Amino acid sequence: MITVASLFSVAVFAPLLGALVTGLLGRVIGDPISRIVSVGLMVVSAGCAVAALWFGLAASAQAVAVPVSTWVQAGGFHAAWTLRFDTLSASMVTMVSCVSMLIHLYSVGYMSHEKNPVHRFFAYLSLFTFAMLMLVTSDNLIQLFFGWEGVGLASYLLIGYWYDRPSAVAAAIKAFIVNRIADLFFMVGIALLFLLFGTVSYDNIFATVPEHVGASYRLFGTSFPAFEVIGVLLFIGAMGKSAQLFFHTWLPDAMEGPTPVSALIHAATMVTAGVFLLARMSPLMEFAPVAKGLVVVIGASTCFFAATVGLVQPDIKRTIAYSTCSQLGYMFVAAGFGFYQGAMFHLTTHAFFKALLFLSAGSVIHALHDEQDMFRMGGLARKLPVTCAVMWIGSLALGAIPPFAGWWSKDAIIDGAWMAGGGLGGFAWTLCTAVAFLTALYSWRLLFLVFHGRPRVPELHDHAHESGPVILLPLLVLAVGAAFGGWLLRPWYIGEHQAAFWNGSIFNAPDNHVLATLEHTQGLIALVPTILSFLGVAVAFVCYMLKPEIPAQLARSMRPLYLFLLNKWYFDELYDRLFVRPYRALARLLWHVGDETVIDGVPRGLARLTVGGSSGIVRIQTGSIAVYAFTMLIGLVVLLSTFLLVR
Amino acid sequence: MNWTLALPEIVLSCSGLFILLFGVLQKRSEPSFACTMLTLVAFLVTGILVVVAPDGAGYHGQFVNDGFSRFMKILSLGAAGLAAILSLDYNRQEKTARFEFPVLLLFSTLGTLVMASSANLMTLYVGLELQSLAIYILCAFARDELTSAEAGLKYFVLGSLASGLLLYGISLVYGFAGTMEYAGLRQVLTGGAPLAAGLVIGLVFVIVGLAFKLSMAPFHMWTPDVYQGSPTSVTAFLAGAPKAAAFALLLRVLAQPFGHLAGQWQLLIEIVAIATMFLGSLAAIGQRDIKRLMAYSSIGHMGYAAMGIASATDAGIRGTLVYLATYLIMNAGTFGCILAMRRRGRALTRIEDLAGLGRTDPTLAVLMAVFMFSMAGVPPLAGFFGKLMVFAAAVQAGLWVLAAVGVVTSVIGLFYYWRIVKVMFLDAPVAGAFDHRAPSLSFVSAVTGVATVLFLLVLGPVTGAAQAAAAALFG
Repeated sequence: MITVASLFSVAVFAPLLGALVTGLLGRVIGDPISRIVSVGLMVVSAGCAVAALWFGLAASAQAVAVPVSTWVQAGGFHAAWTLRFDTLSASMVTMVSCVSMLIHLYSVGYMSHEKNPVHRFFAYLSLFTFAMLMLVTSDNLIQLFFGWEGVGLASYLLIGYWYDRPSAVAAAIKAFIVNRIADLFFMVGIALLFLLFGTVSYDNIFATVPEHVGASYRLFGTSFPAFEVIGVLLFIGAMGKSAQLFFHTWLPDAMEGPTPVSALIHAATMVTAGVFLLARMSPLMEFAPVAKGLVVVIGASTCFFAATVGLVQPDIKRTIAYSTCSQLGYMFVAAGFGFYQGAMFHLTTHAFFKALLFLSAGSVIHALHDEQDMFRMGGLARKLPVTCAVMWIGSLALGAIPPFAGWWSKDAIIDGAWMAGGGLGGFAWTLCTAVAFLTALYSWRLLFLVFHGRPRVPELHDHAHESGPVILLPLLVLAVGAAFGGWLLRPWYIGEHQAAFWNGSIFNAPDNHVLATLEHTQGLIALVPTILSFLGVAVAFVCYMLKPEIPAQLARSMRPLYLFLLNKWYFDELYDRLFVRPYRALARLLWHVGDETVIDGVPRGLARLTVGGSSGIVRIQTGSIAVYAFTMLIGLVVLLSTFLLVR
Repeated sequence: MNWTLALPEIVLSCSGLFILLFGVLQKRSEPSFACTMLTLVAFLVTGILVVVAPDGAGYHGQFVNDGFSRFMKILSLGAAGLAAILSLDYNRQEKTARFEFPVLLLFSTLGTLVMASSANLMTLYVGLELQSLAIYILCAFARDELTSAEAGLKYFVLGSLASGLLLYGISLVYGFAGTMEYAGLRQVLTGGAPLAAGLVIGLVFVIVGLAFKLSMAPFHMWTPDVYQGSPTSVTAFLAGAPKAAAFALLLRVLAQPFGHLAGQWQLLIEIVAIATMFLGSLAAIGQRDIKRLMAYSSIGHMGYAAMGIASATDAGIRGTLVYLATYLIMNAGTFGCILAMRRRGRALTRIEDLAGLGRTDPTLAVLMAVFMFSMAGVPPLAGFFGKLMVFAAAVQAGLWVLAAVGVVTSVIGLFYYWRIVKVMFLDAPVAGAFDHRAPSLSFVSAVTGVATVLFLLVLGPVTGAAQAAAAALFG
């Protein structure tokens, strides 16, 4: 196991080294060496991660803890830097480091036209990768939170990478603040966990879960079941990071960052941290049915909401961003039914095809000199043949067309929702199935608008050119993953080998039979999502290829609905009214009244009083001896009378 | 009777007469320098005698020598010596260098010594008058200047009023207690007999008479006019030794004969101290003349020093004594700097004349800044420690209001001290550099400047001496 432990450590810490070298010495060693160092270290990291997973699976051992260092030892509170190796963390490490490696490589090409040195960009990317790896390999909740905040920080830095663009800076701040709000709940959740279990280490928590099943908190005279409270709080944390409904507003804005960032952080890795958290805490979540129900409701609603908004967005990256949001909803639906394996499966396949889609979109944007409006594109298939081909593969995977990756994972989730049954299952199944249609519709809308039909803006079209090999190579690798990933991984993630594969790193309650009964879905029901997907493709073909006037007519005839979708269900406006404006009003009140009037007023008033007193005293000083003598006598009388009165 | 108790005073008065004689008989055109030097020698000899003089009371209980009087006498002699040195070149430049100046200075200092050793209300009065009369003349010493004559007259008239009040108070006390000796008064007051109202009224009158000399509000009105009008060399003296001596009187009278009434006079001193601190700091803000500013500054300092008395404890008295010691050092240094303000032979006193001093004469500007910061009580300069001790004493005695007022007025005080630093270093020079500094001024400023900066090193011995003096007072 020593080999596995050291390989695993190298995989986690190589990106940190890359971040430190390029971040601190980037100015000295220059851009080319920075690029080589960071990409090289990511290749090392990815290689070690694959090897560690391979040897680890071969040894089929239970969780292994790799101690790194002690951290906090305060009274009964212990948190150590420890890497936890089990299938869940190893598969995440492998996925993250591989995708990150490809995106580092892609960035070399994508960022080659930057005016300013880009070593800072690579430093941030590597820092992000390290933080994400710390998150997934943590052995306790505090280290997980460290990684959680680390990815938040890196995300903030990368969204605002072009710090001279006000919109990018605003988006970065928005992402950070929205995540902060969710993190507050997360922290409270961790604190309550510690209060209940007296430890933050996973092993110790999971070992004592059965003892605490009936525990409850009393607040305001009502008692709340402890597990439900913790589960809901942890889930709110996950909602923030994974951009679920009510906390989703930052994700589309985050597209202000460079496209490789969108691919790595806001599609493949960071946003899935919430799903990972639920899978990691499965031994606890399994005993919190209400929290799980909430997960399903939020997941399914997000899934539907984001897909409807994605239908009408004109911006290519925002369309894909909403699709990410929607796919994350699928994962949460699976996790909410206790089908964590399915969630992890979709998470992995999604990482490949969504990274592929973003990077292809980046290639298109790159080719069109930073044009992102799909209604100014069209007919690019001939100009960008490779990009077009891989984007088709990515869309086929996303749209769940068999046998591409997304079909395997998404169908499993929808089947799982059906088999879970009950009102909740019905609700989730209905929404998820409808979204299958919408997903295919907006995916092919994108494809047709960008690559097919006639060019809408000829001058843009004329200057378009295919990207270089550094950009295309990662695309091709990811395309292979998007095409065959589902078929290859299915037996391990949710198929016949799953028990041996997960090897106890994911827990299913004894009465949780979703996974076992997955295959029993009735034939027709199992086919419905696939049929709807094909239908979506067909509708997109009609609307955007055969009769391009239909969407415009629809938008005109159902204008309120169109506007409702275009404005993202007015969430930003709602939050503006509900939180931002009242908060600003309060801040302005405190500023003008509290600070300027009251707090500044005190010293100003005192200064005025002092100056007034000064001039008053100076005025008494007339120079007349009579006045002076009179003052002395008055003083004498005052002192005498005081003395006699008080005596 | 042990007449050697008063040997320092006897020697000093004899040397005063001798110097007077020497000055009159001197045929040279300017005997002033020689007389000043002789005066300094006399101060030195007297200082040595003060240190070696035995403890005890004598002259039928009119005169006392103890640790307290020794401490105060050394302070007075030191301050007077520095003032004498400061007057050397200034008087020559102002064409007022006459040999009577050092003689008058000497007799005024003699008065302060007698005040420090008083054991009887009559000794107190005689010492006070000896000191005051000499100063009245000194204030009007530049007799061709209207302002100087006015200052002398003003001080004389108001001083007479104060003396009258003091004398009336003394007579009331005598009438109700039957004695003027401190020891006797103490006996009467601790005797357990009901306290006569006349006695306490007399005490108030005595306090008022002394508060006038200390220029404590509301008996301070003479101070700005007299400080501004007098020749600056006189102002330098006026703000030093007489204040220390008046404090010696106040401390001794309140602590020894009236120590039993502490609960009663404490409130009075507190009221007067609060009024003085407020007045000193507020009025100084509006001043444009640096001598007038220093007048208000000294008023404020008297208020802080009185905080120690108001607390009526050993620690409070010790704080007051340390405060006075640091005050005298800073005061002499500041006046050394003010006397150096001279362009083309004309003495300047406006604050804006200091503009740009940081560039034209950095040494002088830095010295002045040191004194200003020290007066404002910025650590680790001398002024900080005195302030710290009196504040601590006031807090320990539970006089929170007094301490709070002290803090507030210190903040206000910081403003006008800081303003001078700002004018010197941040404002652009309006006129050329000052005239070349006289050696006497450089000497005094440098010595006191070093003492101000390095006061921390002698804090232990000074505090020890002050502690011994305070202990002797409470005996």
